[in-house]
Amino acid sequence: MSTLVLDSASRWFGNVVAVNDVSLTIGPGVTGLLGPNGAGKTTLMAMMSGFLAPSAGHVTLDGRPVWRNTETYRQIGLVPERELSFGYLTGRQFVRANADLHRLPDAAAATERILGVVDMVEPAGRRLDTYSKGMRQRIKIAAALVHDPAVLLLDEPFNGVDPRQRMHLMDLLHRLGDEGRTVLFSSHILEEVERLARHIEVVVSGRHAASGDFGAIRRLMTDRPVQYAVQSSDNRTLASVLMAQESVRAVSLRGEHLDVQVGDLGSFAVDLPGLARQHDVTLFELSPSDESLESVFAYLVAR
Amino acid sequence: MINTTIAKLALQALLGRRRFFLLLAFPVLLIGLVALVTALVDGDAAYEVLPGLGYPLVLPLVAILAASSVLGPEVDDGSIVYLLSKPVNRYGIAISKWLVALGATLVAGALPILVAALITGDSTRATALFVGAVVAGTAYSALFLAISAVTRHAVIASLMFVLVWESLLGNLFTGIAWLSISQWGLRIGHEVSSALPDPANLGYAIVASLVVTVVGAWFAGDRLRSFSLTGDE
Repeated sequence: MSTLVLDSASRWFGNVVAVNDVSLTIGPGVTGLLGPNGAGKTTLMAMMSGFLAPSAGHVTLDGRPVWRNTETYRQIGLVPERELSFGYLTGRQFVRANADLHRLPDAAAATERILGVVDMVEPAGRRLDTYSKGMRQRIKIAAALVHDPAVLLLDEPFNGVDPRQRMHLMDLLHRLGDEGRTVLFSSHILEEVERLARHIEVVVSGRHAASGDFGAIRRLMTDRPVQYAVQSSDNRTLASVLMAQESVRAVSLRGEHLDVQVGDLGSFAVDLPGLARQHDVTLFELSPSDESLESVFAYLVAR
Repeated sequence: MINTTIAKLALQALLGRRRFFLLLAFPVLLIGLVALVTALVDGDAAYEVLPGLGYPLVLPLVAILAASSVLGPEVDDGSIVYLLSKPVNRYGIAISKWLVALGATLVAGALPILVAALITGDSTRATALFVGAVVAGTAYSALFLAISAVTRHAVIASLMFVLVWESLLGNLFTGIAWLSISQWGLRIGHEVSSALPDPANLGYAIVASLVVTVVGAWFAGDRLRSFSLTGDE
């Protein structure tokens, strides 16, 4: 059981702040690090794996700093986003080299065991440069797990992996979390994180925006003011009807459209069809005008 | 201190890439050229190829290729994190990689110089040049390894050192002999045969070669200790 702690950690590059005063505690189980591209996830991962010094604050694993501390790697398994450039090695040779670098007492047996865990026994005799993206990802995970670490850090592990292999990887990470390991993975896709992680940490623009179980995060993301563009047979009537609803915050006419700002997405979605029918208004179009993940994140930051 | 797994991987990196054939081409061409000139031209013209081309150019180029092959690509694309995310002493990694680069430099750089020099006759002179090449090759490989650990433009920076500093400026200003690895090697070789020039103080040449070698390997290890993984730039 190991705990990774970030205490007011910041990292800047010149005058660009990549990570801004983040405090996190990552304990056993699967944790998802969610944020849009460029939010600072990779920088956070690099600091947590000892490959970047925090400009301010501390990053510790079980109380010991990770930066310039070679011994922490006995406890950490790291799956970087970087491609493997060891194309001239076979999968087995690569995993075996990792086992040897850890000076495992029975490196050969550990290699075969972990190849079995990631289901890569059969293709392990082939060179890495013949592998598909998903296979390379599994070999990277095998290499990170070969020494049975308490902490597993994965940077965007599902990028470019096809759906079937993604399922397989998710099952694997689930199992590792249930075994009591501290598993942290980063992703910019909410659905991905939601399916796998019990606990989610959200980072946006280098700041820690939200933290909680996936239900809380999902609620934060759905129970937020949303902007809709509505087109109907009678926009003015619909506007007055909508304005009377508690879930609606503002309505404005914009050419052929009605812009509706909604405070409570759930009840608005349930009520709208009935209200329209009741007042004889036909709805032609209903589209969220800011449903991008970025706007969701922007809301979380501004909150 | 020496890590056999790292050394094995470095050797595979050296042999497994296309660069290896370039590394092989240098000694073959050098020996071929010297053999050809020996056969065609009378006098000592064939030997002149060695202090003129083989020693000041082929040897450092081989050292650059070797040093940058064992470390350069991994630092460039960040895949060295796969080696560094292990509880392995960073100085051990640097020394293991340096030994592989040194081995390649001696086999593909210094040894061919000896063979080519023997073709031209006078084995004392050949031995002297070989001694110089071993000394210079040792210091070169450590220096270029250190450069590979610092910058993505290691090959360019190393070439600048050899071509501009040692060759171009070294020929114009004799004082550069004090800061030129190839001159130190020649000075140490001079002890074996006076056919080699005497550009600097012997004690200084020995100490300077040692310092560059030790500091180079140590510095590479220290840079690996502080290796930072930044996002895609």
